[in-house]
Amino acid sequence: MNFKHKYVFLFPGLFVLIGILIFPIIFTIRLSLSGWNSYTPEMNFIGITNYIRLFTDDPRFWESFFRLSFLSVSTVILQYIIGFALALMVWREIKFKRFFRVIFLIPMMTTPVIMTVIWRTFFHESLGPVNDLLGNIGIGPILWLSDPVIAKFTVIIVEVWQWTPFMFLLLLAGLLSLPKEPFLAAAIDGASSFRKFVYVTFPLMAPISIGAIIIRLIEASKIMDTVFVLTSGGPGTATETSSFYIYIKGLREFQMGYAATLSFTYLVIMIISLTIIAKVLTKLMIKE
Amino acid sequence: MKIIKTCLTAIISSVMIFSPMAYADKWSDQFPHIKATGDIPGECSYESMSKKNYKGKTLKINTHAVPVMGEPTALHAEQFAKLTGAKVDVTHTPAGDLYAKAMVPFQAGQAPYDIVFGFSNFINDWRRYLEPVPKKYVEMKQMQDVTPSHIGIASWDGVMYQFPVDGDRHYLKYRKDVIDNPKYQKKYKADTGKELRVPRTWKEYGEMAAYFNDWDWDGDGEKEYGSAEVMKKDDLMYAAFYSRSAAYSKNPKTPGGFFFDLKTMKPLINNPGFVEALTDWVEATKYVPPGGINFGLGDEIGSFGGGQTLFSFSWDDAFVAAMQPDSPINNKVGAAQLPGAMKVWNRESNSWDEGFNQAPFFVWGWAVGVAKKSKEKEMAFDYLCFFANEANHQADIGIGRFGVNPFREADFKADVWTQIGWDKDIAQSYVDTLAEMEKSKNRVFPLRVPGTFEFNAALATAAAKALAGQLSPQAALDEAAKQWEDILNRVGKDNVRKAYAVGVAMEDNKL
Repeated sequence: MNFKHKYVFLFPGLFVLIGILIFPIIFTIRLSLSGWNSYTPEMNFIGITNYIRLFTDDPRFWESFFRLSFLSVSTVILQYIIGFALALMVWREIKFKRFFRVIFLIPMMTTPVIMTVIWRTFFHESLGPVNDLLGNIGIGPILWLSDPVIAKFTVIIVEVWQWTPFMFLLLLAGLLSLPKEPFLAAAIDGASSFRKFVYVTFPLMAPISIGAIIIRLIEASKIMDTVFVLTSGGPGTATETSSFYIYIKGLREFQMGYAATLSFTYLVIMIISLTIIAKVLTKLMIKE
Repeated sequence: MKIIKTCLTAIISSVMIFSPMAYADKWSDQFPHIKATGDIPGECSYESMSKKNYKGKTLKINTHAVPVMGEPTALHAEQFAKLTGAKVDVTHTPAGDLYAKAMVPFQAGQAPYDIVFGFSNFINDWRRYLEPVPKKYVEMKQMQDVTPSHIGIASWDGVMYQFPVDGDRHYLKYRKDVIDNPKYQKKYKADTGKELRVPRTWKEYGEMAAYFNDWDWDGDGEKEYGSAEVMKKDDLMYAAFYSRSAAYSKNPKTPGGFFFDLKTMKPLINNPGFVEALTDWVEATKYVPPGGINFGLGDEIGSFGGGQTLFSFSWDDAFVAAMQPDSPINNKVGAAQLPGAMKVWNRESNSWDEGFNQAPFFVWGWAVGVAKKSKEKEMAFDYLCFFANEANHQADIGIGRFGVNPFREADFKADVWTQIGWDKDIAQSYVDTLAEMEKSKNRVFPLRVPGTFEFNAALATAAAKALAGQLSPQAALDEAAKQWEDILNRVGKDNVRKAYAVGVAMEDNKL
């Protein structure tokens, strides 16, 4: 029988895939080879000039990338630890379990930009309530947003607050789906809670943990709204991340061609680094 | 018969005498925004606009977020719609995105907006996509009163592309109740050996700000601070830096460029004048309120306008906000020109010229144009003309949050301001300050060249690094100058030189 007509059914999906994924990537690559900006509004061809500029004359991009790595890795580690602890807490039979489950999810349900505006108000060094409260007990004022080091931790605090519930949700779903038998066996053997966690819960949760960490790393590496609203990348460039830098180059300075170069390079780096991270995590967390 | 004649004459005379008032009442009843003046006759008055019929037509406007400029745009759009029958769609956009929101469709050959608001320094990038202001508007009465500086800012090579709706400059605002207070004058003299007065130089500004920092000098139970300044990167902070640099770097003896040497196009922003200004600014981080290094324009307006600091300098908005009837420091503020310096860098002799120097900075402000591809150009220009008509303008300039500031000769009369409740001496000092700036022959105008955004962003990033302690002032400005060289090479020196020459001619009083 001739089943060639089956390919016809693939076309709609293929067209959608080309439209929403392949075309933008190809367009970005083409744009990255042009000098499109406010004074040259055309898709001219300048070869790899933008790439040479990026690799030889733009330390700010690389600084922002390493800053992003620090911020995303540290926030995801904290989110994982706190999210796991909270998930374990409400996994057990405790009072008001349902209430706590909803409460823990609230930060994730709020709009990031609006919550960041509220956090910015909290952390406002002279008018915000945080320094006011700390002042009552003789601490501060702490320069939450204007000290280059502290500002990074302020960004981490806001990110952890906002996105730990996501980690909590994934890990709680994982915990609820675990088989009961290994836990019963451990209980019969008289294993302590700690040993149960180390030898049963954690290994069983490893595949879900890796998935959750990778998803959050992908999301965290796109951090933009928190930085934009909270610090605008400042003080100086102390909290500037790759996506914020690309936004500045593209939509503030209107260097469209160069911003496309940054975006494509960033995409390649992220694909490579996340693949490596996933493999390393699998090796570390999943024992055959 | 004589009695009837006399009565008729009296009635006719009364009608003639009081008709403008009746006229005014008619429109101010419907539009309370102009209740103080009523309608003022003119080509774009309420009366004139009511005779236009734009029923069935839609005008699309992209403006800034509410309230600054966004609120008056929306208000006048609503009034315009009522008067002419037009439908007016107003889109509000954050300041940082105004440029791109217009530029993307401009470059794609589209006109999603008939009218686009932005900053006056966009003019060089935008002008090829904007319709020049038609002759009939340029020659009308309300335009004749616009100051030559602001006509220059709205124009390029003699062609007006931006319809003047706002006038901007940076100047000093200070707490009059402190600086003029004999008790504090005596205390300051005793503690420092110096006079407490409106600072003449940035050094004096710094000394006074440091002295009045971090203690409760107005007795409200809260600590006050020395100065509120726009120091947040990407939030117009480069304008604040240029203001601080002008006195040290704009030397009237060396015409031919403030930002670049027009002959060689060598960036001047890392010369000792600019470095001195940045060094002062780094010092200023010690006398701003906690978190002041992250203050954007809104924070600066709120901080000074809320009575938190002794000094501030930037656009008019903070001053007008401080003078609003509900402000805690209403009638307690004064205006003066930007401080000067006791030396100015001479790039020709490569040395400092000693002596007092002052240079007002005519910073960019709100600007608006009509898209060349708009299908409703006539209606668009009528709207802008209506926006800036005399009645609207007088009402708008008295509302701090509107961001509409003086740009007409008539605005420089103290009466305009005393009518809205300002003390006479404050109003006088305000209008004198603005008028003196107009008269100055050592002015600095904003950079308006291809790639303006790149130049300013590079400078802002470098200055922000210095303020955050990441780099020394010299290293930061060297980095900025290097980036300016790179931008020049990308854009083309001759392209930049050609555009920069227009601004330099204004600075050198040749236009």
